[in-house]
Amino acid sequence: MMNFKLLVSISGSLLVARLKQTIVAGVGVTFSIAMFITLLSFMSGLNDLLDGLIINRTAHIRLYNEIRPSNLQPIDLSETYKSHHNFISSVKPKKERLQIYNNDAIMNFLKSDLRVSGIAPKIITQVFFNIGAIDLTGAINGIDVEAENKLFLFQDYVTDGNYIDLKNTPNSIILGKGLAEKMLANIGDMIQVTTSRGERVKLKVVGFFQSGLQDIDNAQSYASISTTQKLLGESGSYITDIQIKLNDINLAPSLAKEYQNLFDVDAIDIQTANSQFETGSTVRTLISYSVGITLLIVAGFGIYNILNMMIYEKMDSIAILKATGFSGKDVNRIFIGIALTIGILGGALGLLLGLGMSWSIDQIPFNTSALPTIKTYPINYNPRFYMIGVVFSIVTTYFAGYFPARKASKVDPVIIIRGK
Amino acid sequence: MSQIILEAKAVSKYFHDPITVQVLNDINFTINRGDFVSVIGKSGCGKSTLLYILSTMDTDYEGEILIDGLSMKNKKEADLARVRNEKIGFVFQFHYLLNEFSVLKNVMLPGLKLGKYSEQEIEHRAYEKLKILGIESEALKKPNQVSGGQKQRIAIARALINDPLIIMGDEPTGNLDKKNGEIVFNIFKELAELYNQSLLIVTHDQEFAQNTHRIIEMEDGRIISL
Repeated sequence: MMNFKLLVSISGSLLVARLKQTIVAGVGVTFSIAMFITLLSFMSGLNDLLDGLIINRTAHIRLYNEIRPSNLQPIDLSETYKSHHNFISSVKPKKERLQIYNNDAIMNFLKSDLRVSGIAPKIITQVFFNIGAIDLTGAINGIDVEAENKLFLFQDYVTDGNYIDLKNTPNSIILGKGLAEKMLANIGDMIQVTTSRGERVKLKVVGFFQSGLQDIDNAQSYASISTTQKLLGESGSYITDIQIKLNDINLAPSLAKEYQNLFDVDAIDIQTANSQFETGSTVRTLISYSVGITLLIVAGFGIYNILNMMIYEKMDSIAILKATGFSGKDVNRIFIGIALTIGILGGALGLLLGLGMSWSIDQIPFNTSALPTIKTYPINYNPRFYMIGVVFSIVTTYFAGYFPARKASKVDPVIIIRGK
Repeated sequence: MSQIILEAKAVSKYFHDPITVQVLNDINFTINRGDFVSVIGKSGCGKSTLLYILSTMDTDYEGEILIDGLSMKNKKEADLARVRNEKIGFVFQFHYLLNEFSVLKNVMLPGLKLGKYSEQEIEHRAYEKLKILGIESEALKKPNQVSGGQKQRIAIARALINDPLIIMGDEPTGNLDKKNGEIVFNIFKELAELYNQSLLIVTHDQEFAQNTHRIIEMEDGRIISL
């Protein structure tokens, strides 16, 4: 214990004697850790923002019926021709409704599944928006307003009007901002749509939404499920989509398959539907980590240089320490101690500076019409980055100190003392 | 009374670079407690080489060294460091004081490393050693604030801190003027006669050697007179 205290005090004295170099080395570590944390917090904040654009508005699993020709033709089922090659051309899908059959039972089952955090039914239907003599193609999403808001933060995207009016006002619609601009529609106006079955219906505009994706804002609109059912002339049990949110998004692909078989419907998971976003996030994260780690390694070389210089300057001191009874191990520990002190102090300051820099970025206004809910640049204050920063600063400085320290421990006092 | 504390048995050493040269040839001698011994000889006769072998710092030799009855052959580096710390005090031609520490702390360092006494006790002992050498007033200064002669006396105090079996000196007066050299010599003499301290001093100062108890004279790697 006393030996340890003694070695620490010697490390400390050597550090103080070379205060300027020590500070330079420490600042290197501080700067690199701060940049590492700021970069990762900012990048990861941006990633979350971009992912959120998709993930917040996309179901983890979507159940629907797709119109497509049957995989099995009658002849395939025949025992007689089982061993034959059957050629059938121009197969057409049969008339099939988009409705999910027995959806009440499916939804009840899903609600009791512990892996599911929430579900929202939906009807998607194509309509024409009539503006005088011109028809604009578009779509109406019939939604359960409350469930949609709970799962997909619907109200965040409703920029004008109140989202709940959609439920409370009969025959109401919330238009995409771009669509509303084209139609010159204001809140309270009546608009006319033509359904795919040719019927004309008047709907009251109760709000506008802005999703940040132009294609959606220019063509989409929302109405309540019952309004949409009325529009289509369907019964109260008609829905075309069931959107599912899971507690663990990573289960989506396997659960999608399970539900597909269980309910005999089509199911698509978010990873398959939006694979490009995940790739983008991964690459961005990878870039931030590599830049951050490069910074740390450069700081490590700084420490290595300064320790090497210190060892050349302190050859005499090392020699006399060894002559008077300090072992190679003791000398090694003294220099490792110096390296770690620089690493720990520099790293701790780096964490604070990184937090400060992240906070400053968090205060910079960032207004874009595409992202109505975002007011400042996004920052992710994930404690994991700070943990990585701490661990990495200690590991880098340890290795930066390791080689000079080993060199110091091998100094032969006879050569130094006789060389004088 | 004649307790043997240091013994060299058939010590030989070769330098291999650039060609193999024998620098020490079959060295045998003993030193008893309280002996004040000087080693003299011409430059290159191997007297310093012998000293560094005896000091355990140079481990590349043939033969055997016994310190306090224990062989130094085949000991690990850390064990040899411990032996140097506990049983040997060094005074070199150059003082080798650490400028980062005060004079007092410089004297205390080997004691702190040994860890036999508490820090306060070591400090007290360091003051006592400085008092013996008449430089206790410089205790709190930095080594670069005291004179050359004083520095060498601080180095002697440092060598004494762990009450070593033997003090080894490599030209301890070589860098000092006549007056300071005499002061250092008188200190050695006093240590030997008053405190029964054994000393082994390598020197080429004939006058210094004449006043010691025993002279070992070397020539071309051999001892020519004991």
